[in-house]
Amino acid sequence: MNELIHKIPLLLMVVVLVALGLPSFAGEYVIHIGVLILFYAYMAVAWNILGGYAGQHSLGHALFMGIGAYTSTYFFTVLGITPWIGMWVGCLLAGLVGWFIGFMCFRYGLKGPYFCLVTIALAEAAVYLVTNLDFLGGSQGMEVTWTGNAPRMMQFNGKTAYYYIILVMLAAAVMLSARIIKRRFGYQMVAVRENEDAAEALGVDTLKVKIQATVISAMLTALGGTFFAQYFTYINPRAVLGEDPSIQILLFAIIGGTGTVWGPVVGALVLVPMAEYFRSTLGESHTGGHILLYGVLMVLVILFMPNGILGLYNKVRGQILHAGLREKKGGAV
Amino acid sequence: MVFSLALLGQALVTGLLIGGIFSLVSVGLSMIWGVMRIINFAHGEFLMVAMYIAFFLVAKGGWDPYLTILVTAPALFLIGMLIFQLTIRPILKDPPINLILLTVGISLILQSLALMFFKADVRSANTIYTHMNIMLGSVVIRGPQLISFVGAGVAALALYWLLHKTDIGGAIRATAQNSAAATLVGVNVRNTYLLAFGIGSASLGVAASLIIPFYYASPTVGQFFGLIAYVVVVLGGLGNFLGSLIAGLIIGLTESVGAAVLPGSLARLATFGLFIVMLLFRPQGILGGKQR
Repeated sequence: MNELIHKIPLLLMVVVLVALGLPSFAGEYVIHIGVLILFYAYMAVAWNILGGYAGQHSLGHALFMGIGAYTSTYFFTVLGITPWIGMWVGCLLAGLVGWFIGFMCFRYGLKGPYFCLVTIALAEAAVYLVTNLDFLGGSQGMEVTWTGNAPRMMQFNGKTAYYYIILVMLAAAVMLSARIIKRRFGYQMVAVRENEDAAEALGVDTLKVKIQATVISAMLTALGGTFFAQYFTYINPRAVLGEDPSIQILLFAIIGGTGTVWGPVVGALVLVPMAEYFRSTLGESHTGGHILLYGVLMVLVILFMPNGILGLYNKVRGQILHAGLREKKGGAV
Repeated sequence: MVFSLALLGQALVTGLLIGGIFSLVSVGLSMIWGVMRIINFAHGEFLMVAMYIAFFLVAKGGWDPYLTILVTAPALFLIGMLIFQLTIRPILKDPPINLILLTVGISLILQSLALMFFKADVRSANTIYTHMNIMLGSVVIRGPQLISFVGAGVAALALYWLLHKTDIGGAIRATAQNSAAATLVGVNVRNTYLLAFGIGSASLGVAASLIIPFYYASPTVGQFFGLIAYVVVVLGGLGNFLGSLIAGLIIGLTESVGAAVLPGSLARLATFGLFIVMLLFRPQGILGGKQR
């Protein structure tokens, strides 16, 4: 066991190498699963900055995903502007909306369950708003017109290019996430999460910290929304703004371990293949099978390992290292 | 103009009647919050389960829909207590967010089970009450909606009586006010939590039987009623019994007048707009006096 624990960083490197080379040896379907893993890992990393680090659990994060998806798709299909530009417009828009929401919520001191409720309500309100906006396709949604293999328009034959785009996005998001948690801002977020009153007393501008966390998280999530639209080439209000994507995004973070850099990635890496397996084996006769899996895992994780997979790993690792130390010192620790 | 007035009258009547059901669906959620500071995010799915029980008793067993209360209420009482005992009680002392996520997980489980067993089909129970209508001038009062309104009122009164005139109710209210002090005067807080959760769930059983004659059962019906219930309890003030009842009527009226005035499903937007404004500016609810 001791040996195994020390080998885990090595194992991670192997995973990274496999991830880099996957499209060169895997078939279309496996690459598709890879894209899904990377996409959900990316979204969970983005959610984790607000939900995990700053401890403000948004249950309506699809709102930002939808802003990204709809903005770039509108720019592309109606105005003919490439998603490479549209995605940054969506990102800025989501940042503005995130700032406004953060300001309104935190200015009025909404916490815990109240923040959860207001985020659900906002996303749900957006669903009904977009459903009634004809220029965004209403309840029918929007189709991303296929213009052939056009890298300028973020459209590619096959899945390999998409795979590398989302891989780069994930790497960038993880790097950002790892950097900010080591900085003053990161410590401030954790302080807000652990004890807001104490943080405030120590001079942390908690309002500002929470708003900033919301904005960063919202902007990253919106970029993911654009990727979603380009990859699946079809969006509708329920698929990109509804309750289901909101729950999925946070699920991977919770199960992997919130508040850690790699937790959301681990969550997606473990869960997406399982869900896909369920979906393909149970097939049409049991739609909802993978959602059942999500639900059961969520309940089990909350009950038995509330810090997620990575939390459990860190605990076990700590215990083993501790035991090793004790052996060396003859049990005197 | 005459036409639109009639339309408005119709919207007011329908809104008030459906509002009664919104009230009944919400009081349980509000009470559970009041007693143990938990928002049960599976509340809507509990209702969905009860609606399926009622539906099958009516459609397959040939029961009178209102007789199914004898099954749905006790069944939900037991299901509620079972779920509480197995999942919520062990982590009551964990951070509140864990309880929220736990109940979200439970809602996913219930929803997907319904989807697996009953498919995405919409199931309407066709009962003898379904097409009973009363004409009041130009306004149509749908029989089952009127019955559900009266039934919800009776159920709310019964719940009020239970909370205010019985020992169990006293224990529940004492725990809600101050659980430590309640323990000191001999209230078994653990059992009170369990009972409160069961009673809050049982009220959904009653609601399900009352709406099944005019509302369809489907795996996602809980999402709709759940969202409505969150809106109602926030509007009424979390934990405020009377507030929930009034807020249910307000939301019923908002939804139905909104639907008459606004195009498409924009009425739902009005409901959520009201909700968000309330959360931001008056989170203690319409009747709440004290700040959080």
